[in-house]
Amino acid sequence: MEEIKTTVPAENALEVTNLSVHFDATRVFTDLSFCVAKGSVLAIIGPNGAGKTVLLRTLIGSLPFAGTVHWAADVRIGYVPQKLDIERDIPITGVDFLSARAAVAHKHSHDMSSAFTLVGMPLEVAQRPIGTMSGGQFQRLLVAFALVADPNVLLLDEPTAGVDEPGQEQLNELVRRLQKSQSLTVLFISHELSVVYKYADNVLCLSSERAWFGPPSTILTPELLRQIYGGEVSYHVHDH
Amino acid sequence: MTIEFLLLSVAMAVAAGLVGSFAVMRRMSLAADPLSHVALPGIGIALALHIHPIFGAVAMLAFGALLVWAVEERGGATTESVIGVVFSAALAIGSIMTTGEDLIEALFGGAGALSRPEKIFGLSVASAIVVFIVVFRNSLIIMMVSPDIARTAGINVRRFDLLYLESFALTIALGLRYLGVLLMGALIIIPAATAKRMAHDLNGMMWISVALSVISTILGSAIAVHLHGQAGPIIVLVATALFLLSLLPRPQWRRE
Repeated sequence: MEEIKTTVPAENALEVTNLSVHFDATRVFTDLSFCVAKGSVLAIIGPNGAGKTVLLRTLIGSLPFAGTVHWAADVRIGYVPQKLDIERDIPITGVDFLSARAAVAHKHSHDMSSAFTLVGMPLEVAQRPIGTMSGGQFQRLLVAFALVADPNVLLLDEPTAGVDEPGQEQLNELVRRLQKSQSLTVLFISHELSVVYKYADNVLCLSSERAWFGPPSTILTPELLRQIYGGEVSYHVHDH
Repeated sequence: MTIEFLLLSVAMAVAAGLVGSFAVMRRMSLAADPLSHVALPGIGIALALHIHPIFGAVAMLAFGALLVWAVEERGGATTESVIGVVFSAALAIGSIMTTGEDLIEALFGGAGALSRPEKIFGLSVASAIVVFIVVFRNSLIIMMVSPDIARTAGINVRRFDLLYLESFALTIALGLRYLGVLLMGALIIIPAATAKRMAHDLNGMMWISVALSVISTILGSAIAVHLHGQAGPIIVLVATALFLLSLLPRPQWRRE
């Protein structure tokens, strides 16, 4: 397994070369290469089981891999995982969870309050045990957690899963606004091709056979999407 | 019961309450028991070599924690099988090596006078454990919710896992004198399990767990003196009674 290094040319936040991940005999992906420019947005798409979540977890150093993953030296990563298995009766509140992050990052409590405000989470919800929050509330908490330590890279694994329609729009707009105002580098996994089309500078499309990388206009073509997802998905693309 | 004995048992109970809070939240309740058994062969070896039993117990417990840590990375059923097999075998081997009075005392705790190494060990280790949990509770909380998130927060998850498991093992060592190999796991887990039912947040969890652990230890020891019985089983029964009380209808118990 190769090391995750932190030296890349100034303009790139991330360079991935010949990345391969295997679980025992099962190949998840092989020889994946792409880079993400600082301040740009990369969408990761593909059918279920194509390895999208595995890719993000590999990039943060949670899984063994072959190849190279180079992060720029000054990255501060905020990561929003897809789904966490939280016991309902665990006595940890949203405030406990976020203050833990603030303390580890040597931030003040007002950084925590502003993170709650940013994601639109009222204090009375934040003071509830995390196991009793709804899917959407917990998702907002995770986004707030990712934001509290002032990241310059956000990794989002389906950040709006389980969030209601207006909330989804709100979270997408929040990420978009932060990305613009603070020149964040964003890598996000999404099943919503309309969102990908709207926000992404580049798209990495994973499938069981191979991967495609490029701007949305060249990747999100009806032909390619039909090939990867089957016929019905290309319909969405014609909306734009 | 001397003041010294009381002070040491309170220090042990505070460490047990804090370590237990995280053990229960990490769903390690079932691992507590087998891990504590590994102290027995350590005590046996120490007695055979004519060194203080506490050192044998600490060495074996530290090794046991390292073993759990090493197999934990593989995950799933492997961990459970390894813990089940290795630690049950340890109990069997330890029972062969330790006999008579020594065995009973190792299993259930004893009442003899505390030796100097025990006093020094007890106070210094209990303080170290309390400081570790209090100082690093934030990292432990983040790791517990998600190791992946913890990594992106710059927390060395594997190192903290090991440190936590070693604190756990040392807490068992602290209680061997009072509760013995078979019952110390219970003092770590039961007050924390009660606290988990009563608390709303992390601070509540830690304070309630510590308070219940200290109350169980002092009350249990006092009752044992009164009845001229062994303290260990009575301490565990007091802790269990408090747990049963927490099962009463919630409104009267969840108010703070």
